Amino acid sequence: MTWQALYDWLDARLQIGKLIEFARHKQVPVTRHFYWYYLGGITLFLFAIQVASGILLLLYYKPTAETAFESVQFIVTKVPFGWLVRSTHSWAANLMIFTAFLHLFSVFFLKAYRPPRELTWVSGMLLLFLAMGFGFSGYLLPWNELAYFATKVGSDIAGAVPLVGGFLKTFLRGGEDVTGATLTRFFGIHVAVLPMIFTTLLLGHLLLIQRQGMSPPFIPAGRPSAPPREMPFLPNFFLREAVLWAGTLAVLLYLSIFFPWELGVKVDPFAPAPAGIRPEWFFTFMSQSLKYIPGKVLGMDGEVLGILAFNAGAAFLVLVPFLDRWAARGRRHPFFTWAGIGIIVFMLTMITLAYVKPY
Amino acid sequence: MSNRTDAVLAIPILAALLFLVFPGAARAAHEPAGERPDTCTACHQAVGGPVAKPLEDRKADVHAAKGISCADCHGGDPARMDMEAMAKAKGFVGRPARRDVPRFCGRCHGDPAFMRPFNPAIRTDQFSQYQTSIHGKRLAAGDTKVAVCTDCHGVHSILPANNAQSRVFPVRVAETCGHCHGDAEYMKGYKIPTDQLANYRESVHGELLLKRQDLAAPTCNKCHGNHGAFPPEVTSIAGVCGQCHVINKDLFLQSPHHAAFDRRQLPECATCHSNHKILRTNDQMVGVGEKALCIRCHAPGSAGYKAAEQMGKTIAELGGAIDRGAAKLAEAERAGMEVSDAKYDFQNARTALIKARNEVHIFNPERLNKVAGPGIELAEKGYRAGQEALDELGYRKRWSLIPLAAILAVVVGLVLQIRRMEGR
Amino acid sequence: MEGHGSQGSGAPGRRGFIEVLLGGGLLGLLGAMLYSVGRFVIPPKVADAGLSSVVAGKVKDFGSNSGKIFRFGNRPGILVRTPSGDFRAFSAVCTHLNCTVQYRSDLEKIWCACHNGTFDLYGKNVSGPPPRPLDAFDTAVRGDDIIVSRKA
Repeated sequence: MTWQALYDWLDARLQIGKLIEFARHKQVPVTRHFYWYYLGGITLFLFAIQVASGILLLLYYKPTAETAFESVQFIVTKVPFGWLVRSTHSWAANLMIFTAFLHLFSVFFLKAYRPPRELTWVSGMLLLFLAMGFGFSGYLLPWNELAYFATKVGSDIAGAVPLVGGFLKTFLRGGEDVTGATLTRFFGIHVAVLPMIFTTLLLGHLLLIQRQGMSPPFIPAGRPSAPPREMPFLPNFFLREAVLWAGTLAVLLYLSIFFPWELGVKVDPFAPAPAGIRPEWFFTFMSQSLKYIPGKVLGMDGEVLGILAFNAGAAFLVLVPFLDRWAARGRRHPFFTWAGIGIIVFMLTMITLAYVKPY
Repeated sequence: MSNRTDAVLAIPILAALLFLVFPGAARAAHEPAGERPDTCTACHQAVGGPVAKPLEDRKADVHAAKGISCADCHGGDPARMDMEAMAKAKGFVGRPARRDVPRFCGRCHGDPAFMRPFNPAIRTDQFSQYQTSIHGKRLAAGDTKVAVCTDCHGVHSILPANNAQSRVFPVRVAETCGHCHGDAEYMKGYKIPTDQLANYRESVHGELLLKRQDLAAPTCNKCHGNHGAFPPEVTSIAGVCGQCHVINKDLFLQSPHHAAFDRRQLPECATCHSNHKILRTNDQMVGVGEKALCIRCHAPGSAGYKAAEQMGKTIAELGGAIDRGAAKLAEAERAGMEVSDAKYDFQNARTALIKARNEVHIFNPERLNKVAGPGIELAEKGYRAGQEALDELGYRKRWSLIPLAAILAVVVGLVLQIRRMEGR
Repeated sequence: MEGHGSQGSGAPGRRGFIEVLLGGGLLGLLGAMLYSVGRFVIPPKVADAGLSSVVAGKVKDFGSNSGKIFRFGNRPGILVRTPSGDFRAFSAVCTHLNCTVQYRSDLEKIWCACHNGTFDLYGKNVSGPPPRPLDAFDTAVRGDDIIVSRKA
């Protein structure tokens, strides 16, 4: 039985020939910004790693306050390669959010969100929020001290949102305080709710890209432009991506061996909060900047003001395709360029401060 | 009262009497003081000055709270308005002389029947105990510098010993005893040291009681007695310390040191640990090293010296094994390996050290080995577990080269394939 | 010229080498992944941890007035059968300085060898330095097994 015979059999039933044709027509412009195009694929690959390692962890993880920590300890010490699966899952999570942010900013500055790709951008932003939700919910699952207190602080901040804050906090925590009920809730959100929503949005995001093709490079109106060289996505670009994906595997292996993810200390709710509580790094730009806002600003609660500012920033980013009307006309409006630079500088500064000088 | 005092006070008293009217009810023994006639309070209050001070003091006094009036202790007739209130014929005792104070208090406090309505469980042997004490004996022999009841308990503002403000509340006992015993001037002529309070403050017991307010820690009365205060006989010191340090006491009494110390009139536990300045122990105390105590008596070459050397070595070996094991486990943990199982088992090694330190007190190297030996094994087991974890890490690092090689092959293959495909 | 399918330069030997390299690498990677995942999914022999309850012993091993240390998660526990026959379980970590306690059938109490601390059969500290009672666990007998679990 040859590959050809197998192909013919499948094609007769599933018309995969048409699917392959559909896949083949995608072209990738080869410009000096070419390398940024890898970021989306790497993020996707890391997500796949998360799903696979997450399913493996599910075989042994026990989501109750009495058993969660011990079950992770069991995985890491007693299950063969458990250390590898767990460290991979923790590292890949952080790498994925990092590459997602890089992907966001590269698309932002390349202005690939121009019509007709507004929905791709919006779905991408929502995917980022979901990814951060994955990070927040997953962080608590080992039920160790740092995670417990970080969740406490994080859900406290959620509670500061005007109007719906109280409900939001109770909904997240499954009660008044962070308890075993919170753990169960976060577990359900992490392994069922978020994966379902994320996968749906992801498919939409990928389908849009496949149908609309890669965004042509942004050439400011008035500049002479020759049509760029193009490379077929399949197999040329994809093979290159595969190189990076293989490299990512090597990086994850190296990190799991040389920088294994810590287990920490089991939660003791009666112990005082340890010094240096901090959420995961991708939340620190928010937690750190909130520390600098004075208690009361113009009569309003400082923290609430900060949260509203972040919401406004997020809304701005989500709506950027609709706000940046100049991009469609080939104009690089300085406001958006500076807004993007400003956001990056702000985030990097806050994250650095959170680690170097938190107080 | 002296005639001179009489003369001085007569005028204001007579003046006061002109303005005061009292009910003349007969006095019953246990009526509340407020309902009984009490000219003492009224007069002394009216006169004011030094004689009114007791009234001020009595505001925080347990006797006053229980309804004991001035006359109940000092005698006299509280129904009378004149100086006849203080007549000897009416049983007036006045201010008892120092050498009569214990008997004065003991009149009531030594009478179980009298004390029962106030507190059925209170002890009533204070006076008889006092008479056996150094203070009591010296007082009987005529020395009025020694402590009497009022020196420690106060005069008119006496609080129960379990009241934190009382001068005989456990935390304050050392300070109260030290009031005299720590005063070199006052204690001149007595042949005892005056550094007990200072020493006690530096001791581990002093730190626990005075700084950390741990009421389980002993103070003067725990070892010397309360009312029957007497330095313990040198041959009963182990019993005294053994009130709390039972295991050490039991082992010591079975050891060769027991008979040897008693023969030489050495103060048992205090020989090595001191009496008042008992400091935190450390493992260097046993052995033949610089800081060891054994070599104070045992000359090199003697049987005692050899035993001390062995025991010192054993304890040091156990301590060292624990330190090494703990360090190795910490190293493995820092390297990211999970060693909580090994750490759990390792705790037993530390327990063995605590037990070994106790076992030293029987001064028998074989017995010490029996306790320390398992501890050393456990500590070494912990060390091996830490080393195994580090070895496992090395194992992972080496074996990871296989998948890394495979990834490298894939990467190189892909790159070559791309180049071939694109004609380069 | 790029494009799918062009043979480009290179002898068939080169193409074969690439195929071997790529194929070999992928096979090796797949093998490594299958091996590690395969071993991962097979449950280890060790009784699993993270328990809120554990089988602490068998009824037939305990006469009345006896006690035994068992492991509960990361801490030792002590299972006691009282003189009247019922089972009680406590944390075996002495509340004074964390030594492991033991059962003394002569005293009918739980005792700590380190400083002579004593706990009664309800776990209450009755003499010696321990400042607090021992933490108590729930016990249940199922058949011949004695199950000890954390208090609800």
